[in-house]
Amino acid sequence: MNDGGITAVAIGASAGAVQALLHILPPLPASLPVPVLIVVHVPADRGNALVSLFEARCDIVVKEAEDKEPAAPGTVYFAPSDYHLLVERDGTLALSADEPVNYSRPAIDVLLESAADAFGGGLVGIVLTGANHDGAEGLRAVAAAGGIAIVQDPASAMSGAMPAAALARCPDARVETLDGITAFLVNLVPA
Amino acid sequence: MMAGDNIEDIEIQLFLEALHRRYHYDFRKYAQASIKRRLVQARTQLGYTSLSAMQEAVLHDETVLPRLLNYLTVQVSEMFRDPSYFRALREKVLPHLATYPSLKVWVAGCSRGEELYSLAILFREEGLYDRTLFYATDINPDALDAAERAVYPLDLIRTYTENHQKSGGRSSLSDYYRAAHGGAIFDKTLRERVVFSDHSLVTDSVFGEMQLVSCRNVLIYFDRDLQDRAIGLFRDSLARKGFLGLGSKESLRFTRHAASFAPFVPAEKIYQRAEA
Ligand SMILES: C[S@@+](CC[C@H](N)C(=O)[O-])C[C@H]1O[C@@H](n2cnc3c(N)ncnc32)[C@H](O)[C@@H]1O
Repeated sequence: MNDGGITAVAIGASAGAVQALLHILPPLPASLPVPVLIVVHVPADRGNALVSLFEARCDIVVKEAEDKEPAAPGTVYFAPSDYHLLVERDGTLALSADEPVNYSRPAIDVLLESAADAFGGGLVGIVLTGANHDGAEGLRAVAAAGGIAIVQDPASAMSGAMPAAALARCPDARVETLDGITAFLVNLVPA
Repeated sequence: MMAGDNIEDIEIQLFLEALHRRYHYDFRKYAQASIKRRLVQARTQLGYTSLSAMQEAVLHDETVLPRLLNYLTVQVSEMFRDPSYFRALREKVLPHLATYPSLKVWVAGCSRGEELYSLAILFREEGLYDRTLFYATDINPDALDAAERAVYPLDLIRTYTENHQKSGGRSSLSDYYRAAHGGAIFDKTLRERVVFSDHSLVTDSVFGEMQLVSCRNVLIYFDRDLQDRAIGLFRDSLARKGFLGLGSKESLRFTRHAASFAPFVPAEKIYQRAEA
């Protein structure tokens, strides 16, 4: 139940991202009352293959994030390749062509830090499977702003390094399996 | 705590106000989330304990300004970045431009010149260079100097060469530079017909009668009001039926000037000035 005043979900994933997201996103109902913002590390020239992949398998709306568009509930927004995805205070999305952060553009830290600023205690930040440490600083910012920090259980992740790094930086984060994360998100829908 | 009470937010506003009052650089209406990241990065890397301390330094010491500008403006670019954009110009826009006896092209937010020289090479390959005058503008003086020098790190040349080929390049990029001192120095003749100048899309006025304005990955840093202002400038600077090219993630969708332009190559964010 969404009684904690959750207003947005932000997710970061790297190596193993597609399998993990195939577990989490298809069960989400179109009535999910919050936007879901996602950064996946993909090579710069891969275009937006993620959108078409997930669009076909999800009930919830799936699209590529556009600069200055308001983040709407019931919608999954993927960061475009080669741009950072940020959130403004008014809840609109912003893209930037700044230098890569943690060798990545889009970077998970950039999304989580700006989303923590924008949504504060209303944000759920989730760090999934990955082989680097992007997202660790960001998740710490989510928790510091009063939001809910979740990491995928490193032992069950396809690549445990990224959730482990996030957990080290943000020791109070909840540790969940993909099933646990999915259940948490589905429960955001009012009964 | 309420969002507006945050000390850092107060400091950011005061800092941008101070910068504007003291030096006329106006970042107050840049997209906030990104300008905040860059201010915090500048503070950490320039070694100030707070944004207030950095504000004091920049107010009293002019030598801090150039370093600061290199954080506040984003100098990330590439030659023939998004090759499909340059291919669309080559195949769809330049054939129109070829019917004009003389041409003016404005590269707004030219950074260190990567986009400018890409266009210069493109115009040369398509036989239009000699009748074209290019205006390359930016607000960052270091970037403008670098654009005039036209020296790029050799390790980037491979990417530039691939991009150039993908844009439909008819020559070899190596025809335009020579290697020296670890850098690729681009040919002086590419800037014979270029005027470099310090011009801000936020505070300066129109540039007359262009056939093409290319402004890529600059508007993305502005809020909607500033975007409107800049696009108004482009509209007023374009000749009848002139073209406007934006970055791949920029569009006219959210601006009030949308009706002044018609999509020309929508996928590449190339627009044409419509009859008003
Ligand atoms: C990310 S770079 C884009 C470079 C190039 N156009 C490209 O797409 O590769 C953004 C450039 O915009 C410049 N810029 C920022 N604010 C500006 C303003 N108000 N007027 C003109 N240029 C500006 C910056 O100095 C920087 O060189």
